[in-house]
This record gives sequence, structure tokens and C-alpha cells, in this order.
Amino acid sequence: MAEMTKTADASGERGDEDLLSPVPDDDGAPFWRYAARGELRVQACADCGELRFPPRPCCPHCHSFADTWHLTNGRGRIWSYVVPHPPLLPAYAALAPYDVVLVELDEAPRIRLAGNLVSGPDAPLGSVPPGRIRIGARVQAVFAEVNGVTVPRWVLERT
Amino acid sequence: MPGIKDATAVVGIGQTAFAKQLPESEKTLACRAILAALDDAGIAPAEVDALASYTMEETDEVEVAKAVGLGDLTFFSKVGFGGGGSCATVAHLAAAVATGQATVGVAWRSRKRGSGPRPWRNTAVQLPTPAQWTRPFGLLRPADEIGMLARRYMHEYGATRDHLFNVALACRNRANQNPAAMMYDRPLTREMYMTARWISEPLCLFDNCLETDGALACVIVSAERARDCRQRPVYVHSAAQGLPAQHHGMVNYWNDDPLTGPAWTAARHLWKHADLTPEDVDVAQIYDAFTPLIPLSLEGYGFCGRGEGAAFTEGGALEIGGRLPLNTGGGGLSEAYVHGFNLINEGVKQLRGTSTAQVPGAATCLVTAGEGVPTSALLLRN
Repeated sequence: MAEMTKTADASGERGDEDLLSPVPDDDGAPFWRYAARGELRVQACADCGELRFPPRPCCPHCHSFADTWHLTNGRGRIWSYVVPHPPLLPAYAALAPYDVVLVELDEAPRIRLAGNLVSGPDAPLGSVPPGRIRIGARVQAVFAEVNGVTVPRWVLERT
Repeated sequence: MPGIKDATAVVGIGQTAFAKQLPESEKTLACRAILAALDDAGIAPAEVDALASYTMEETDEVEVAKAVGLGDLTFFSKVGFGGGGSCATVAHLAAAVATGQATVGVAWRSRKRGSGPRPWRNTAVQLPTPAQWTRPFGLLRPADEIGMLARRYMHEYGATRDHLFNVALACRNRANQNPAAMMYDRPLTREMYMTARWISEPLCLFDNCLETDGALACVIVSAERARDCRQRPVYVHSAAQGLPAQHHGMVNYWNDDPLTGPAWTAARHLWKHADLTPEDVDVAQIYDAFTPLIPLSLEGYGFCGRGEGAAFTEGGALEIGGRLPLNTGGGGLSEAYVHGFNLINEGVKQLRGTSTAQVPGAATCLVTAGEGVPTSALLLRN
């Protein structure tokens, strides 16, 4: 709780506290619970082992309803990115231009997580100059708290 | 098995004015467009027994039917996925008429997107499931979601902003010939495009469609009935919807090939049931909420190979006289953005020979709905 307050205060004047929080559905809730522990996990079939994202009730390959949550190494590569400019929701307009990256996971390249490339775990959106972002760049997951919810963010492996 | 090939025809089209702001309600605009389409066809409202529209349409069947005085309805359907549903409204009516479920169908779309709210601004209502995976990170708008695919497409295949400009320019040039288009008196230059403000890099202002108030409708009857109508029939030669396996909507990021979208699925069905090939298409109306949807759709519908869609736009290929004249009323980019319905009506105009940018002797027209979401397409002929 203290950690969360600190993050919110540090970024308060840039409007981070008004960023949208994830609204998990039943299938997605475990992802966010693990993220709160600093773990990047993706859903896996408990029978055939196939990783799947977004989470869903059953395995599209073997149709099993049994699942586990696979702990990833948190590493990946930038598959693509955009740099949004206004008009945006106010909290995001205040941070624009910022980047949104799609990261393909080392362990399952066809799982590409949307997130933000930042200069460090507590750095705000837009803290990496867009000109430094490259498709193919290696990135590592870090975790930040926004409104008491832990979300993954991404930092470059080599800066 | 008898299919729907040439079994039905579009015999009436109608539209309101297109503007950033119209004073009348969506319901009123819907009624005006529908009555105009029926008048164009020479068919009385009381003869209508089928309706089709989009799930995002706010005016429902009860409101429409009682306002314009339709008859007893025996078929009505609504298609999901926003602009992906445009052609499917006609396809559903064609199937209904061809199988005897109805005799006179009306498809319509009325929308005050110009003066009304932008859907992505709504944070009170949680968007469908993918929102939790994208929106907290500031991937907020369709332009951001498609921009992600566009950047990757440019990276993989060497597409450039000039290719996207080719798309924007072709649509704008056609709008400059169309007095009903919102951009009728607004020419576009390369300098304007290259210096325009960003919306979501790599997409600039001119890569994005307009925001429009307006409504359109069309009337579908059997080919037999069509011969007695007021206008030259435009036959529905082939029609398809497309939702590929493991597709994720506009955030199609979680499968083996995100750049192969619903257009490929719809195209396979469309051509399989047609007597025509892409080489036989005289003019195309391709859904253009964003310029990158054009190269992707050109590939999906088989006008060129994987990765060749951007190069296809070179040398004036999309202009009148080019390989494939595109969006001849100006499209969503420069005529009006009414979830792609204006592309359907423009396809009909081309095959009647009454477009403001007429392709000489046009006999076949491809019309598509939005690529990047579960989509649909029509192959029209005269």
C-alpha cells in the first residue's frame, strides 16, 4: 500500500492516477492477480500444455477446461508500436506523445502483449523517446502500480 | 444446391446529406434514407417485409417500420462488428429473398458520428473483453489498434507513408468530383499529407476517415422482380462474411499471422461462389476507415500477393483509368463515414452508370466491409 501511494504521488502531476485500470473478466482475473505479485504468467492448457492468450474457458486445441498459469521469463521483443497523439482521454492526452508497444513473448511469439516501453519501473508513460524504439528490440517486463493495480510495463534490455 | 448467385438485385438506393452536423435525429435521417431508396426503386413502403442493419444501429426495426409504414415483416437481422457488417446487411437480405423468407428487403445505416460521441471515449461501459489487455496502456482508439498493424506491415513489406498517401489521395480526388461528398471542395496535396498532425504514429490525420452525420439505405428484391423496377438492376453476384479461426477483432495480435485478417476468409468464399476473378473487377469500393486497410484488403481479396498491396497503389492504380479505380464517391476517407454504407450505394451507382466519377463501362464492382474486424463483402454486377 505504501509502495502504491509513492508511485501515485511520484507520477501524480503527470496524471497517471487517472489512467484506466484494467477491468478483468473471469478468465483474465488470474493474470492480474499474478501481476500483483510481480509475475508475468499466461494461461496454459493443463492437459495439452498449449499456451493461450487472451485467457478463455477452454483450450481451442484439445477442448480441455483444465488450465494452469505458466510463469514466463518476462522477456520478449517489440513486434510493433504506435505513438498516440490527441484527441485522447484526458489522462493520456496529458502524457502524449507516449508509446504503446506490442511485445512478442520469447516463449510464445504469437502471444503479443500490449504495454508501454518506459525508462524504468517507476517511470511514466512517454519516458522513452519514440525515436529510440525499434521493432525487434529485446525488452524485459517490469511492474508498476497504477490506482492500486499492478500492470506490466517494459524496459529495453540494452539501453 | 442453388446458391444466391444473381438471384437478387439492388433496385433502390437512398441517402441524406452528409455533414459534420445535421439538425435531424438519427431516427429521422434513417426514415428519410429508407423512403428515398424505396422511391428510387418505385416500391411502396407497405411492400417491404424484410430489414437488415448493424447491431450498432440505434434506430430499431419497430421504430423504422411504424414510422415509414412498412408492411408485415417476416425477416429482420442485425450484424455485429461495426463497419465489418456493412455488406452483410445486403447479404442477409439477399439470402432471405433468394430462399423465400421475404420479398422486399431494406438495409440501412443512420449515424450521427459527426456531431455525436466518439465510442472510444466511453469509459463507463466496459468494452468487450480485449479492453483489459489494451486500454490501460493507452491503446484507446481504433486508430491506435490499426496503427499497430500498419507499423508492422510497413516494417515487414517496405510499405511507406507515400503508399498510404496514394490511398488518401485517390479517395480525395474522387470526392472532389462528388458534390455530395464532405470533402468536395477540399483538394489534398502530398505536402498537406506529409505535414499533417499525427493521430497515432504511423497514422496521420489524413489516414483517418471522416466523422459524419448521415444515413443511407438500399432495397433488395428478387432478380425476377427487379426487372419491373424503376432502375437498372444491380445483381448480387456473390456475397460473404468472414471471421477467421483465432481472429481477435481489431486487436488481432494473438495468432500466428495478425496481418492476415478477415478479408482473406471472406474472399475465399466470395470467389468460390462467383463466376468472376479479381481480374474481372472493373471498380472497387473498399472499406477505408484507415488508409492501411486498403493495401491489406487488396491482398486479402486477391488483387495482388502477400505484401504487395502497398506497391499496388503506385502509378495511379487507384485513380480513374488505373488498374483498380477505388472508392469512386470518395469513400469513408473523403465522402462520408457512415460505417461503409456509402460504399454499397456507390457500387450500385457505378453499375447503373450514374457515379460522379464513372468508370466507363463498369460491369462488375467489389464492395467490402471493414478489414480488421469480422467482415463481409459483395460482388455486384449489372
